[in-house]
Amino acid sequence: MSVSEVAPAPTWRDRLGRVPWQQLTPLLGLVLLVVVGSLIHPSFLTPTNIFNVLTRSAFIGIIAVGATFVIIAGGIDLSVGSMAAFLAGAMILFMNAVQGGGVSPVGVVLLGVGLVLVGGLAAGAANGIAITRGRIEAFIVTLGTLGIFRSLVTYLADGGTISLDFALRGVYRPVFYGYFLGIPIPVWAFAVVALVGAIVLHRTRFGRYVRAIGSNAEVARYAAIRVERVRTLTYVIQGLCVAIAVVLYVPRLGSASGSTGILWELEAIAAVIIGGTALKGGSGHVWGTVVGAVMLSLIGNVLNLTTAISEYLNGAVQGLIIIGAVFLQRGRQGR
Amino acid sequence: MAAQEVLRGVGLSKSFGPIEVVHGVDIDVRAGEVHALVGENGAGKSTLMKTLSGYLAPSSGEVRLDGAPVTFRDSNEAEAAGVVLIHQELNLVPHLTVEENIFLGREPHRYGLVDRRATRRATRELLDSLRTDVPVTSQVRELSVSQAQMVEIAKAVSREVRVLCMDEPTDVLTGRETEVLFDLVRRLVADGVAIIYVSHKLEEVKAIADRVTIMRDGYKVGTYDVADLTPVEMARRMVGRDLADMYPPKRPPADDAPVALEIEAFSVPGLVTGASLAVRRGEVLGVAGLIGAGRTELFEGVLGLRPSVGTVRKDGREVKWRHPADAKRDKVAYLTEDRKGKGLLLDSLLRENVTLQALELFARPFVDVRAEQGALLRAVEEYDVRVRDVAVPAKALSGGNQQKVVLAKMMLTDPDVVILDEPTRGIDVGTKRQIYFYVAELLSRGVAVVLISSELPEVIGLSHRVVVMQRGVVTGTLSGDDLTEETVMAYATGLRSDRRVAETRTPEAHVGL
Repeated sequence: MSVSEVAPAPTWRDRLGRVPWQQLTPLLGLVLLVVVGSLIHPSFLTPTNIFNVLTRSAFIGIIAVGATFVIIAGGIDLSVGSMAAFLAGAMILFMNAVQGGGVSPVGVVLLGVGLVLVGGLAAGAANGIAITRGRIEAFIVTLGTLGIFRSLVTYLADGGTISLDFALRGVYRPVFYGYFLGIPIPVWAFAVVALVGAIVLHRTRFGRYVRAIGSNAEVARYAAIRVERVRTLTYVIQGLCVAIAVVLYVPRLGSASGSTGILWELEAIAAVIIGGTALKGGSGHVWGTVVGAVMLSLIGNVLNLTTAISEYLNGAVQGLIIIGAVFLQRGRQGR
Repeated sequence: MAAQEVLRGVGLSKSFGPIEVVHGVDIDVRAGEVHALVGENGAGKSTLMKTLSGYLAPSSGEVRLDGAPVTFRDSNEAEAAGVVLIHQELNLVPHLTVEENIFLGREPHRYGLVDRRATRRATRELLDSLRTDVPVTSQVRELSVSQAQMVEIAKAVSREVRVLCMDEPTDVLTGRETEVLFDLVRRLVADGVAIIYVSHKLEEVKAIADRVTIMRDGYKVGTYDVADLTPVEMARRMVGRDLADMYPPKRPPADDAPVALEIEAFSVPGLVTGASLAVRRGEVLGVAGLIGAGRTELFEGVLGLRPSVGTVRKDGREVKWRHPADAKRDKVAYLTEDRKGKGLLLDSLLRENVTLQALELFARPFVDVRAEQGALLRAVEEYDVRVRDVAVPAKALSGGNQQKVVLAKMMLTDPDVVILDEPTRGIDVGTKRQIYFYVAELLSRGVAVVLISSELPEVIGLSHRVVVMQRGVVTGTLSGDDLTEETVMAYATGLRSDRRVAETRTPEAHVGL
């Protein structure tokens, strides 16, 4: 959240004075949730609980960082949940197959990670190319690949569950359950992905082009920007983010099935939207997405800690917050 | 006949954002007259008419109907009061029939259902009274433009129109259709309807109008009886200044100036057929033609923005640009005619707009916002962008200032061939002149300029040579003493053509636009 959007140019102060509220809405919501949580339960603000919330937000958060690129460029990717399930299933099957073939367990895991990263990039590229070269709506293409990946993982699992060989679990386990400098590994991964994402989106030519294309693709094309290439790359980034989430997810349960990652796409999109990115594209922030992902996970946590509202209503509360967030942002824009 | 005043505007002003485009105009319109509004592009005539007709709310001043001040909250209220505006782009529903359009929103009904028979009878009577033969049961999309216009007028008349406002109604009509329209206008006037008639065709004004109000730069020059003025006198009052100093002096390119850009047998399927032209360094090549002649499409094809076939040579070297990025590498830049749709990110800051086309200059590897800001400030200075605060989105600027930003953005790529497509469309006279002088400065730097423009004085005032296109074909190249409005129009309308018969017989030449 410490990622500022621009270097202190002469206009920095002006811009802050001009539009702070709209951009800070998600942050205010987060603060509100934290205050509510700490009033409800004394253990809410303990490091254990906070790390628990952040760790749980890491999967959706990392995927949502990728979704921020896709959505700002004016696209949408509905396939991420199924893609995650498919990559997880394929990774486990691959590692189980390689295991015992003379490769050390660490080597097996590294090979598996490599496979997932390559697979994520390839899946993202496939989505992107079908959308840009094939000139098919992003909604349609990724709705199609959502079905394809979901069905593939069910097929790989033969309708059941794919489980990681126990000999590998011990080696791989720390990637999800381990700590570094007192902070859980998934939180580190989330932070690094968010930081790199923020730098790419807000400080590079590519990031500027992503926003330009989202606000008006024709203007971008007439300004000699290779629109199709940039758009395809946003889906590749999305695929990479899904792959990173999968690398963290597999050691958590050590299994994958046809129900892995269900509705992740909606949670990721929700995190992006709560974070203040416009669904029609053109503007948005990675830090807002991070706040959005953490908020979604906090809602579940707060509901768990209180008896006032059943935790079964988690989805309803999340839904209200998504609608409320968009309503507030629109109100601020004076529309 | 002692004509009675129907509609009066008192001290009407209209601003869009910070820009006032109509300044305190008084105007009165009488029953049974055709009152023409004339002026140059951007003189505020359409805006004045829309303000009078309740389509736009005045920023100050008031509109009086029958002497009583009225405020129309929207055009529906104005229409209910008998003040109807017919838009240039007609306001009909294409997939509904003529009768459905005329009675849209107030269909005669019986027992809660639309009474089709009554609708049809009323429509027939209405169209008969206007003596037009538009088929009542056709869908509007099947009609010709002039028939659709008749339907608009019928719709207005069916609401007991008292003031009918028409914005350049004959722009889309042929000569015969114009006669039909004029007949109808004369009959409406005889029935006591007041007509406000915006046009830039002064001969037409002379033929149809009783009085004329002349506008210039948002001010009213005066209201005159048409009988007292000739078209030439109207034009003089419209322009109001000596146009000679609008344009920089023409300096011919050096005799040995090399050809910078050459196009040969270039076609854009369905739009342009076998176009050839060349422009030298230090030269302005004008490209004239009517709307739909394929001028924009030709150069969009050259730049790789549209599929095309043909030969393009840059500095004598054959090139094939598949994307504007390829053309940019070869130092060729194109200024779009569609400033808001293709030229500017309206919601983005000026800084981001100015550097968008040449962002690689500011990324090492991270985008250097400070350097960008410097580039913006230099552009504001060099192009005289009038803005109090540079940290605003592009949409906050007036059209002329926006155009300067687009120009600055294009020039940051340091091109040596620039293609300017309608560079002064919709901008004020003062800014136009600045742009003309900027073009002259480009020439002195050895840049080659292609100027696509629908404003003939501008094409003739700036260009060394002019290529004229008609229906996707280059019909002639004019220079020297041949370069007059009359000859350009003759080539643009197809009255004259230098193309040999053999060439025009190629099958593609007959592909419709």
